Amino acid sequence: MLKALENISAFYANPTRFMALARQVHRPLWALAIGVLAYGLYRVAYVPADYQQGDSVRIMFVHVPAAWMSLFGYSFIFIASVTALIFRHPLGHVAARAAAPVGAVFTLLALITGSLWGQPMWGTWWVWDARLTSVLVLFFIYLGYIALWQAIDEPTRAARAASILAIVGFINVPIVKFSVDWWNTLHQPASVSRLARPALHADFLYPLLIMGAGFLVLFLALTLTRMQMEVLRQRLRARAPKGEPPHV
Amino acid sequence: MSGLMRIFAAICSQHMHLSWRSGQTMLAVSFLFIAITLLPFGLGPELKLLRALAPGLLWVVLAISLLTGLERLFQADYEDGTLDRLLLVPLAFEAVVLAKLLGHYLALVLPLILAVPLAGLLLNIEAARLPVLLAAMLCGSPALVLLGGIGASLAVSVRRGGLLTVLIAMPFYVPVLIFGAAAGRAGLETGVAVGPYLGILAALSAASLLLAPFAIAAALRSALR
Repeated sequence: MLKALENISAFYANPTRFMALARQVHRPLWALAIGVLAYGLYRVAYVPADYQQGDSVRIMFVHVPAAWMSLFGYSFIFIASVTALIFRHPLGHVAARAAAPVGAVFTLLALITGSLWGQPMWGTWWVWDARLTSVLVLFFIYLGYIALWQAIDEPTRAARAASILAIVGFINVPIVKFSVDWWNTLHQPASVSRLARPALHADFLYPLLIMGAGFLVLFLALTLTRMQMEVLRQRLRARAPKGEPPHV
Repeated sequence: MSGLMRIFAAICSQHMHLSWRSGQTMLAVSFLFIAITLLPFGLGPELKLLRALAPGLLWVVLAISLLTGLERLFQADYEDGTLDRLLLVPLAFEAVVLAKLLGHYLALVLPLILAVPLAGLLLNIEAARLPVLLAAMLCGSPALVLLGGIGASLAVSVRRGGLLTVLIAMPFYVPVLIFGAAAGRAGLETGVAVGPYLGILAALSAASLLLAPFAIAAALRSALR
């Protein structure tokens, strides 16, 4: 099993082979993402309104999957960086760089939809609740990671620096989560209990899971497209005459 | 003192000397006081309010003063080639990094912490709170330097990388600030044990001491390649 995985990963270490695969997978993946999201939204439209929250509960079906993707995105970057740094897989850096803005946008989406949901529910756009705060910090970790990629001109140097940051940052995420949880419970335990909803009724749970699957496929589709872009960008760089790197 | 220890001490004291001679220490301490002076303009001169907020404000200002000094931690040595030489020193590069961090701590961070009681005076902090606050800062500040060093080393090859360093390092500062400010607050409330907070701060410093030199050395090596 492991051996097979190793063989597959070695086979696609060649960017040309990866690009050939990506060209084939690209459209079906996008079609699947759009299909699942469309079906999910259709299901969400027929979810009964919540007896307390009314129709605003529908924000949840975007908000919660976006929050899942924010964590999935950073884990994806971490795994890709480890693959690149330890196993020297050439696509690791490409995947990590491609996924970062996607993950950051999902994190921002989670923050914005959370804020839009918080306004009618809690009567305020923002509370320094433990979850909100740690997602905000995660967003800043994303921003630092993306900024580091942009700031260093030399590609291999940027790739190494970024993967070190991704790994150290990944260790940091649970520590931030723990300390922010602790910090908030000291201050205002009441607001947390409002978030800790009772277990979801099946009417809500299945549409939510479908939306989650849709977001996951969307994440993968976006990342694949960006990986293709990244490989093309590297080829363009390699072709440019010495001394005048193209602005790509 | 063995040869390796002597090299370690030499790198450390050289870094201290340079920070002191180039006025970095004075700059950082002045920055701390200027930031403290600006606070009442923003918050109003109400002494009661300032007193209540003082421990948290002092922690935040300390962290920001520290962040502004980080840019020069490795950059000057990177630009003039000293760092290339330090790679050849018969000491593990991680130990070289640790020596520079220690020099930075002694030259820049310790003076900042020593300035905190005076800055606290301006914010009308009670004298009884100071020992706990200082103890918390001594326990937590090594983590701030070590984690900030990660940001500084990653951005070392970037011209004017100061803001980038701050952006990278800030998320790492969240846990230290949370427990540091909590210790400062607990300092005055009777019946609240301060020990656990100091313990967590020290644990954060110890964990950073274990991880940061490796991350910093790896980042610097890749920048020097």
